[in-house]
Amino acid sequence: MTQEKIIKSYEKKPENLLLALHSLQENNVNHYLTKDDLMEVSKYFSLPYSFVYGVASFYSMYSFKPRGKYIVRVCKSPPCHLMGASSIIDELKKVLRINFEETTKDNLFTLEFSSCLGVCGVAPAMMINEEVFGNLTPQRVREIIEEKRREK
Amino acid sequence: MKITRNHILFVIDTDSILSGVYSIMDEFKKELETMGLSDEIKILETGNLGITGKGVTLVVYPEGIYYVNIQKDDVKKIVEEHLLKGRPVKDLVLKREVPFKGATLERIGPGRKQVRIVLENSGIIDPENIEEYIGRGGYKALETVLTSMKSEDVIEEIKKSKLRGRGGAGFPTGLKWESARKSFGEEKYLICNADEGEPGTFKDRLILEGDPHKLLEGMIIAGYAMSAQKGYIYIRGEYALSIERFNKAIKDAKKYGLLGNNILDSGFSFDIEMKKGAGAYICGEETALIESLEGKRGQPRLKPPYPTVVGLFGKPTVVNNVETLANIAPIIKNGSNWFKSFGTATCPGTKVYTILGHVTFPGLLEVPMGTTLKEIIFGYGGGIKDRKKIKAALVGGAAGVFLPENLLGVEMDFDDLKEYKAVLGSGAILVMDEDTDISDMLQSIIEFFNHESCGKCAPCRIGCKELLTIIKNIRKGKGEKEDLTKMISLSEIMFSTSLCPLGQSLILPVKSAIENFRSDFEQKMI
Repeated sequence: MTQEKIIKSYEKKPENLLLALHSLQENNVNHYLTKDDLMEVSKYFSLPYSFVYGVASFYSMYSFKPRGKYIVRVCKSPPCHLMGASSIIDELKKVLRINFEETTKDNLFTLEFSSCLGVCGVAPAMMINEEVFGNLTPQRVREIIEEKRREK
Repeated sequence: MKITRNHILFVIDTDSILSGVYSIMDEFKKELETMGLSDEIKILETGNLGITGKGVTLVVYPEGIYYVNIQKDDVKKIVEEHLLKGRPVKDLVLKREVPFKGATLERIGPGRKQVRIVLENSGIIDPENIEEYIGRGGYKALETVLTSMKSEDVIEEIKKSKLRGRGGAGFPTGLKWESARKSFGEEKYLICNADEGEPGTFKDRLILEGDPHKLLEGMIIAGYAMSAQKGYIYIRGEYALSIERFNKAIKDAKKYGLLGNNILDSGFSFDIEMKKGAGAYICGEETALIESLEGKRGQPRLKPPYPTVVGLFGKPTVVNNVETLANIAPIIKNGSNWFKSFGTATCPGTKVYTILGHVTFPGLLEVPMGTTLKEIIFGYGGGIKDRKKIKAALVGGAAGVFLPENLLGVEMDFDDLKEYKAVLGSGAILVMDEDTDISDMLQSIIEFFNHESCGKCAPCRIGCKELLTIIKNIRKGKGEKEDLTKMISLSEIMFSTSLCPLGQSLILPVKSAIENFRSDFEQKMI
């Protein structure tokens, strides 16, 4: 879908701002919101650009930087922390050779922290795009990343 | 006539989908076809059964046999041995490991008896099939309400039941509805808060995934009682399956005339719209949630005025938690006296808990209010993993309280916990074994708050950062004894001056960790 079509699919009410931003981001190959996206949204909803940027930057699910094909989101909230999330975080940095908030050179992976994923029964956990992985160990993390690399 | 000999229920939830349940289900269908059993055996989908971390899980009825961690190769074995020859495949049946000598399965772990009101259908019906919900008495309460009760009667019944909000604060639900109903204006809103962000909590997700119609029915009744024309449900963006299931529930209810214009020919019209969150813990706070629903930054408003007077779009609004609303239909159907027969005198009913961390059986359970923490941890949770000793339980999520072993006799309801200066909160219980360093856990909690503080008010914004600096220093071995006093007084200031519960609640973990586990901090100071 084009940018225009996506925006116009929402009724012209400011309460639809978050949903419109969600779908613009989902439709972008690099999973992010461009300056142009924000500008068009602000025109359509008749809201100041600064307001739209303020809203978008408030929520952690929106990004203003191009991201990789796979967005790896790791939970480090207390339940996952207790069950060993730090070893998962270290392993991911090692395997992907990047830091958090960075993207690999081949544009395949972006590493991010997430808020609690609500799967604490299988902590520690992470999410790759829409898929959740639980009961992680450093070994499992390596395998999952390898698998994603092969899938491309 | 075709007779269905067996039902196979597949658990479809986030855990099982990530273990490949759909491909295994297809394999099952293929195998049944080959054996010529397709007519006699029905495959159904259901929600979570309270077992987590066991991969693809299925139950064969009428025997009630649980199979766990099912792989593709196991399918043939189950079909041939169990379904054809009637011999359950022992190796694959859920083994309820007995954690210590003298324990029996009826006393320990998921087999222990629970009291299920909110989760009565979860794991039994197909959540995507409205007829199964109706078949188990669903939407009966709505029918009663619309045909024979005035909105005041509904509020009266809920008030009599003494139902208190299950989102954490424990405010009486009936009073909240009444306040909104009496507020000025025609236009009113009901909001279901499904922005479940408290770390360690996933009860609302399981209600949404396991029995969405129960919540929907509760919402429609609530809307009728408070005289609202429109309801919103705000689900966090991370809950993909919940969003999908609830959307389907809305669609099906409309098809059956249970939602929309002139519901069941009663003249009452009510519509529900879904909104998706975008990742902000603060949006679980009701006024921040309202801001976010209006398409703004999710920052809390000053109270009063309370949302029941000035809420969404400036109109009177009730914000209720998922679990609260899921209690409504059962109360109306069975009466407030029935409801009061569960739980304690001031907090009737049940509570859904999630029990996590170093326990033998992590998962969720629903038990009457007033069940002791000890029973929950050692009875339902099966005690501490690897035969270790318990050190602490963090009760109520990240904004919770660290309780040491000698306080585990506390009965869990909104009032009793307050005597321990603790809160029930969302119902998350995080159990820590003897090797856990409480200072490490406290740092993780402060980091979480520091990240999620919305920045609107100074005490919370600056206080979180300051607390983080101090605890990092202590953990690096550079702390002094006064630092602990400083942390407590800082969090006390945050408690009395912050705008919303986020900044106000950090005192709970900070104070309880330092007071109950002082040596974990002092060890690091020399």
